[in-house]
Amino acid sequence: MDKIRFATVWLAGCSGCHMSFLDLDEFLIDLADQVEVVYSPVGCDLKHYPEAVDVCLVEGAVANEDNLELIYQVRRNTKLLISFGDCAVTANVPAMRNMLRNSAEGVLKRGYLELADANAQLPHAPGIVPELIDRVTPVHEVVPVDIFMPGCPPSADRIRATIEPLLHGQQPEMAGREMIKFG
Amino acid sequence: MAVRTLSIDGKDIAVEAGTSIMDAAKEAAVPIPKLCHLEGLTPVGACRLCLVEIEGLNKLLPACVTEVWEGMVIHTQTPKLQEYRRMAVELIFAEGNHVCSICVANGNCELQDVAIEVGMDHSRFPYRFPDRGVDLSHPLFGIDHNRCILCTRCVRVCDEVEGAHVWDVAQRGAACYIVSGLNQPWGEVDACTSCGKCVDACPTGAIFKQGSTTGEKQADADKLEFLYTAREKHQWTR
Repeated sequence: MDKIRFATVWLAGCSGCHMSFLDLDEFLIDLADQVEVVYSPVGCDLKHYPEAVDVCLVEGAVANEDNLELIYQVRRNTKLLISFGDCAVTANVPAMRNMLRNSAEGVLKRGYLELADANAQLPHAPGIVPELIDRVTPVHEVVPVDIFMPGCPPSADRIRATIEPLLHGQQPEMAGREMIKFG
Repeated sequence: MAVRTLSIDGKDIAVEAGTSIMDAAKEAAVPIPKLCHLEGLTPVGACRLCLVEIEGLNKLLPACVTEVWEGMVIHTQTPKLQEYRRMAVELIFAEGNHVCSICVANGNCELQDVAIEVGMDHSRFPYRFPDRGVDLSHPLFGIDHNRCILCTRCVRVCDEVEGAHVWDVAQRGAACYIVSGLNQPWGEVDACTSCGKCVDACPTGAIFKQGSTTGEKQADADKLEFLYTAREKHQWTR
């Protein structure tokens, strides 16, 4: 049997979920035996999301044009998409900027003009810094999601309990404090 | 004493007339989820989590404000109720700004607990991200309206137990919020006795003790000096 093609992506989040993933410690060795890591900020050097991915953990909310482009590509090329952590599931801290009038302009003005100590100016670097979208959203508001794994970050135990059944062709049971507590 | 006999999830019980379904269920040891209900306060039926199904009735009734009647057959865990409860919790999350990861009540929050209880792994409703305020004018406590679910436990505990009636609900519908005094900053309300009952009654992190957030922690160099003196000179002096 071919190995499971496994990926992780990092959208608008702090990478804490990926750090928690690395906390899987020796299970990472078992995992490496059973999957082929085809794309990941912590496990692979490829720069472009590949075709025919079996399982992908998505960390982070959708906050800018780059996130948007990547998540559409992930959905097109992935069988099972897992919202990985509170930012992906609820939009969490990155979405707190939505309280500023739900607009990219509102948050930029607040951050770079109103709160500036000196040299107040709006950043403008087209093609270099991705444009913010007006409203930061959880992943499932943009593309369909197959499994939700809340947590800020989800503990290594929770991550393992979610992905281990998948390696054996089973669905994890996302219920109870150990699996779905937010925060 | 008039007695009413009824059945809750297949358990037959007899309770005094005038008992609420919530209290009857408690007597029958049948747990019913709740957020706005707090024993000792007048029930209001605000959160809709305690809705139950009654045979012969096609509408769901809140257990906390419905009195039992003779021969009532109550179901508390039907698939319909479970779906409605989960929906109610998702709507509460979508309505306010509930960011568990940065909340003082994280790990100690009734809203968080109830989300686990109803199996909410995400909200199917888009979040509103309302623009709400924070009032830190009281010397001891604070209120963060972002985390408020309008259960009115603070309003009732202050009025009915403390007798100070500092809190009320202003506006209507989605614009509702809790006000202190005559919509004044909390710290300026003379009626407040600073008893802290509202802090204890709050099911979320909306009303909290000041100094309990990470950002407010103050470095205290004297503690290090105390430890050093204790260890090196065996003097435990402040």
